[in-house]
Amino acid sequence: MSQKMTRRRLLLGGAATAAVALVKSSFGKMVQTGIPETAFDPTKQVGPLPGVLGTRSPFEHPQRKPSLTSSQTPLQDLYGMITPSDLHFERHHAGVPAIDPNSYELMIHGMVDRPTVFSLADLKRFPSVSRICFIECSGNFRKPDKESITPQDICGLTSQSEWTGVMLSTLFREVGVNPKATWFLAEGSDAAVMTRSIPVSKGWEDAMIVYAQNGEAIRPQQGYPARLLLPGWEGNTSVKWIRRIELSDGPFMTREETSKYTEPVKDGKIRQFSFTMDARSIITYPAYPAQLEKGWVEIRGLAWSGRGKIRQVEVSTDAGKTWNAARLQEPVLDKAHTYFRYLWQWNGDTTAIMSRAIDETGYVQPGLQELIAARGIGTGYHLNPVTAWLIKRDGQVVYSPEKWK
Amino acid sequence: MPFWACVAGTLMIACERRNTAIPVHFGYGRTATEKEIATKAIAIRPDGKGLPAGSGTVQNGALIYAAKCASCHGTTGVEGPYNILVAPDTVDAPPFDQAPKRVKAIGNYWPYATTIFDYVRRAMPFNAPGSLSDNEVYSVTAWLLHANKLIGADAVINAKTLPGIVMPARRYYVTDSRKGGDGPYE
Repeated sequence: MSQKMTRRRLLLGGAATAAVALVKSSFGKMVQTGIPETAFDPTKQVGPLPGVLGTRSPFEHPQRKPSLTSSQTPLQDLYGMITPSDLHFERHHAGVPAIDPNSYELMIHGMVDRPTVFSLADLKRFPSVSRICFIECSGNFRKPDKESITPQDICGLTSQSEWTGVMLSTLFREVGVNPKATWFLAEGSDAAVMTRSIPVSKGWEDAMIVYAQNGEAIRPQQGYPARLLLPGWEGNTSVKWIRRIELSDGPFMTREETSKYTEPVKDGKIRQFSFTMDARSIITYPAYPAQLEKGWVEIRGLAWSGRGKIRQVEVSTDAGKTWNAARLQEPVLDKAHTYFRYLWQWNGDTTAIMSRAIDETGYVQPGLQELIAARGIGTGYHLNPVTAWLIKRDGQVVYSPEKWK
Repeated sequence: MPFWACVAGTLMIACERRNTAIPVHFGYGRTATEKEIATKAIAIRPDGKGLPAGSGTVQNGALIYAAKCASCHGTTGVEGPYNILVAPDTVDAPPFDQAPKRVKAIGNYWPYATTIFDYVRRAMPFNAPGSLSDNEVYSVTAWLLHANKLIGADAVINAKTLPGIVMPARRYYVTDSRKGGDGPYE
């Protein structure tokens, strides 16, 4: 038996040991330990006393999946609309910077009456606002190449938090933005000094400078101590670790808005400034590697749109022949992940299940072939196709590979 | 509730309303000085605004590229292992929407030459970002433009010449027109 197997049996329970207990180590840290089944009864042993930080159950192991450039949220392990902060996806271009909140500054200048530098404390003094919305990378797609991939692999570059901060419009008024300014540059203080040009109209509409995520200070991976938040827009534009905003009368044509985050479309064109995330949904249960048993199954998943609220989610359990409305979990919020459920009885036959989102503009989530037909096989970002899961006769649930052609 | 409490409550609400009218200025933050703006505002616009003094040549760029860039991007800019930088545009190349495997690089995909200077100066080399002098950045920019067959071997790149270089990909760029709703997919 390999080392890994031994450990697995110890943790998850096998024939020899079945239970795990939380005990305090000699350093005062909580550790888990395998103990013989017969010896353990939680009602006969006092558990650990209150501590300074909560922990996950040692039986739960949700994990992001990191690559060199990003790490994906385990959508299949989550039950609601909020992504736990430590599972929020990451994408950055030169690592996570270490920024001292006491020396942090945000400078707003360019076409403004009063070029101003704000400390973090200054930002926190302004009237604050909280909102729940998703952030999704516009590269959140994986070509359907094989069966053994999870919701996390397919579209784990979307996550949702409650964000708190100051409306950018409040700061715009504070510095006196020139009415002739049409764009602003947002610049991060990471090692890529990442920049994007954003239309000023978005700044007045619903953009925020946020410093809190799910009730506490933003995590370093999400932009500590402050980031731009552009609800419904491709994640790259919500510049993290923001240090500078320059008001201008045109876009700067930065590397990220020209050579990256643009997509080839019909007739040899290259589409630029594709800010809004189109409506999308995915069934997160049952999905690979779930194993189904005959009988009632609650199909569950997430739907979202960068254009507003989700109006409806439809689920097909017969490979797309017929569609039925799923129940939407309240609250259904603007530009936010919306949890959906659909109760279904599986009779044991091979089939494919899938979901499609419809947003309040009437946009219906397309299939992959419709996207390719509209944009060409060489297209790239902003792919939001319906995802199908194949259910095999033995109850195995796998990704249904579709030809990229 | 006694009458006096009701009156007092109403007065307090009225009072509060006056106090919560949003001011145009809160007066938070400090004035940015001209000097710190000049130091921090490093972005270059496509019209060349923001480009610093100095200049660079293809020859100097070749030396800097070999020493500081080639290990990631390849000896001639096409070998990788990381981003391929050199791919001149050609008349007979298939359009990008029909060619998923076609390499996207400076010569065939970047719409503005100024972006090269801006990006190299702020983010490269990957292991020492922001370490190149302005003259070195001009030279690396010159070498990259030459390798992509956009300028001659003896061209000099500076704040005047760089914005004037016409990039072949520029004519392919269109601004997003997706609008949602029930129209055709774009």
